[in-house]
Amino acid sequence: MGTKNTKRYKDRHERKEMIFRGILYLSSVGILLLLIGFFVSLPLDAFESIRKFGIGFAFTRIWDPVAGNFGALVFIVGTLVTSCIALVLSIPFSISIALFLGEYFREGIVSTFLKSAVELLAGIPSIIYGFWGIFVLVPIVIDLEMKLMVINDRILPYGVGILTASVVLTVMIIPYSASIAREVITLVPTDLKEAAYSLGATRFEVIRRVVLPAARSGIIAGIVLSLGRALGETMAITMLIGNANRLPDKLLSLANIFVPINTMASVIANEFAEATDSLHRSSLIYVGLLLFLITMVINITGRYIIKKTSVSIDE
Amino acid sequence: MNETFLRTEKLSALFNGERVVKNVTITFQKNKVTAIMGPSGCGKTTLIRCINRMHELIPGAATTGKIFLYDDEIGSINPILVRRKIGMVFQKPNPFPTMSIYENVIAGYRLNGFHLSRDEMNATVEESLRKAALWDEVKDVLHRKGTFLSGGQQQRLCIARALAMKPEVILLDEPTSALDPKATSRIEELIVELKDAVSILIVTHNTAQAARVSEYTAFMYLGELVEFGSTKKMFTVPENSKTEEYLMGKFG
Amino acid sequence: MKASSTGYRIIKDKLFISGVVLFSFLSIVPLLLILFYIIKNGIAVINWDFLTQLPRPMGEEGGGIINAIVGTLMLIVIACLVSVPVGVTAGIYLNEYRTGKIAESVRMAVEVIMGIPSIIIGIIAYTWIVIPLGSFSALSGGVALAIMMLPVIIKSTEETLKLVPNTLREASLALGVPYSTTIIKVIIPAGLSGIITGILLGVARVAGETAPLLFTAFGNPFMNYNILEPVNSLPLLIFVYATSPYQEWHSLAWGASLVLVVFVLLMNFITKLVTRR
Ligand SMILES: Nc1ncnc2c1ncn2[C@@H]1O[C@H](COP(=O)(O)OP(=O)(O)OP(=O)(O)O)[C@@H](O)[C@H]1O
Ligand SMILES: [Mg+2]
Repeated sequence: MGTKNTKRYKDRHERKEMIFRGILYLSSVGILLLLIGFFVSLPLDAFESIRKFGIGFAFTRIWDPVAGNFGALVFIVGTLVTSCIALVLSIPFSISIALFLGEYFREGIVSTFLKSAVELLAGIPSIIYGFWGIFVLVPIVIDLEMKLMVINDRILPYGVGILTASVVLTVMIIPYSASIAREVITLVPTDLKEAAYSLGATRFEVIRRVVLPAARSGIIAGIVLSLGRALGETMAITMLIGNANRLPDKLLSLANIFVPINTMASVIANEFAEATDSLHRSSLIYVGLLLFLITMVINITGRYIIKKTSVSIDE
Repeated sequence: MNETFLRTEKLSALFNGERVVKNVTITFQKNKVTAIMGPSGCGKTTLIRCINRMHELIPGAATTGKIFLYDDEIGSINPILVRRKIGMVFQKPNPFPTMSIYENVIAGYRLNGFHLSRDEMNATVEESLRKAALWDEVKDVLHRKGTFLSGGQQQRLCIARALAMKPEVILLDEPTSALDPKATSRIEELIVELKDAVSILIVTHNTAQAARVSEYTAFMYLGELVEFGSTKKMFTVPENSKTEEYLMGKFG
Repeated sequence: MKASSTGYRIIKDKLFISGVVLFSFLSIVPLLLILFYIIKNGIAVINWDFLTQLPRPMGEEGGGIINAIVGTLMLIVIACLVSVPVGVTAGIYLNEYRTGKIAESVRMAVEVIMGIPSIIIGIIAYTWIVIPLGSFSALSGGVALAIMMLPVIIKSTEETLKLVPNTLREASLALGVPYSTTIIKVIIPAGLSGIITGILLGVARVAGETAPLLFTAFGNPFMNYNILEPVNSLPLLIFVYATSPYQEWHSLAWGASLVLVVFVLLMNFITKLVTRR
């Protein structure tokens, strides 16, 4: 091969390699820019509302599009209350599933069935949960309200509200915390458990004294991550929360679990497309920005816990 | 009759600044088998990976010194062209799992975008498989996946794949260490047959294997070339005491 | 230890496992109920017309959901066209430059994007695409879905390529094959099933999404093939019909739910098949 030929080949070849590496690089940097775009775009679009209401926005309970007065407190409360109820309700279920699949019955038809069923549960779209909730759960809750006579300040029970939304949310987040908890439970070293068995411990005692403590931070991480999902869940909640932009008068009454409210995600879903007024729209984006930041902090916390545990499991 | 076609000049190889091949100057003869021996970790693999410029692909790796293929300094040739002239066979057989036996043999052409006519392809495949002593065993299953073959057959397929590119030399890095004794002796026979067609450098741990297949032997220790010469001489009257200890099985 | 306390311990042990089994199976009761209602109410309305006709105006009997089916497919195709090339190449990058600064931050960004609520992705697609183009569109909906698919595709591409043995790369490079060709013709084919799994998982993740479409794809009672115009999708149609006061629309929504659930579950099932092979 002559040197001239070689050189021409070399140039063409090197250009091709450079283009290839350039494409890989651009895609990756594109992902970074995409995320940066969220950080720039949301505050920018919420700017009008941020300037007008400042930080106080998060602590104001008035949301009045007609008068142009906006505050997100109702939605923040609604989001936290529904998510926390769902979180608490989901824990016994997800830990049971995790123990069932990760400790008691690792193999066999029954666990395969349970495992696929839980995966299906995670795969069913949010809108279906909402739709099903409206037609099946809501009538049940109306009955319950009638029986409990909590119709105090209203004529008719709605059936939609915090309880209905939280119950559906519970079902929706069980698969997430269960699968992470199962993974860490499976990773608990056998010799640790055998040591306890050899001292005469029952299975329950081994689980309580060895398995759960060893898997503790992983289980917590799973719960934290499922909280992240619960906070951002939109459609099922929008259909079942009742969409009321006010807090109940007597805050600490048990009857409040039936009241309709709104979450941060559901108010955006409900009002964004119709919000023609620019302050209204930018206030909704402000709500979105707060939701974005809260879920991000929660998710990063969860990932951080997971990362720390997987290191300690390796050791 | 003896023609030097490949030589290194004060070749050193580094990983993250640490020299693992030190100032090696060595010459290789055309159409001969040269064995490279030495205890584990002495830099055998690294040395031959410098020769086809695979060493530089590892992050943190560097080389100093020169390597000449005939009169060309390979550092000045595009590594891709170097690797087409210097074939390599690895310790563990590594046929491409997504390709058939046939496609594996001409993978070098296909992947490099060389267009061959059907006849040329068929001829290359047959010739390479015959040279690798695999033709009779696979001629009826050419379109099955290469990964269905036994380990020894897979390794011969890899040799055929390297031969198909008509290289000046092939580098074999412990080609039999993952194989059973029968497959090993098959490959050893093959190496002896092949040297009329191509020059061969073989890295081996097995001194008996070096004695069986090679005309020249290099002995490396801690990154340095301790002794180099004809195999017969080295196995009968080694010059260096380290070589002698190694051949007597004292270490490594 | 006394015998009675041993008995007590054994009873506790038995009680605990009963609790575990009970709670485990209680949590799939909703799944069975949901599937039961959807199949029962859905089967009743699904027929050839339902799958091939446009919706009728309110009050008229019959009508179908073809516009939503076509719209959903359009959105998925757009989402794939945007996310697959970017996601796969970014996944390759992460696998090639494992410890680089950029790779580390991209990995972090992928995790964060994975956790962004879908409604917020809708807002972003609205401000980035709907506003500049001046109208709701299939394009903006597809881009919103693409953003949701990206992290799934990137992660599974990286994970798969990590499993491709390094010896293959070396075999190819040792034949003098350029780096780019090695990646495209050797590494990617070796990890293809994993990459396809990732794409299918991504599709399954977004096929049922409604929130990011509310103010991007927006919905459309008519058939539309223009990517710059609003389109309907199955989840949007279910949302509108389910929250309407009309009986006929409710039954159409059950039918659409059945179609959607079958589609999503089929995706998950195919994913399983591909992974198993
Ligand atoms: N990728 C790498 N990064 C850093 N150091 C390496 C790397 N590969 C090899 N080394 C070091 O370089 C030295 C030489 O390694 P090399 O693989 O060449 O030895 P070898 O003679 O082929 O050994 P063996 O007989 O075990 O195959 C060793 O000390 C090894 O630890
Ligand atoms: Mg070696």
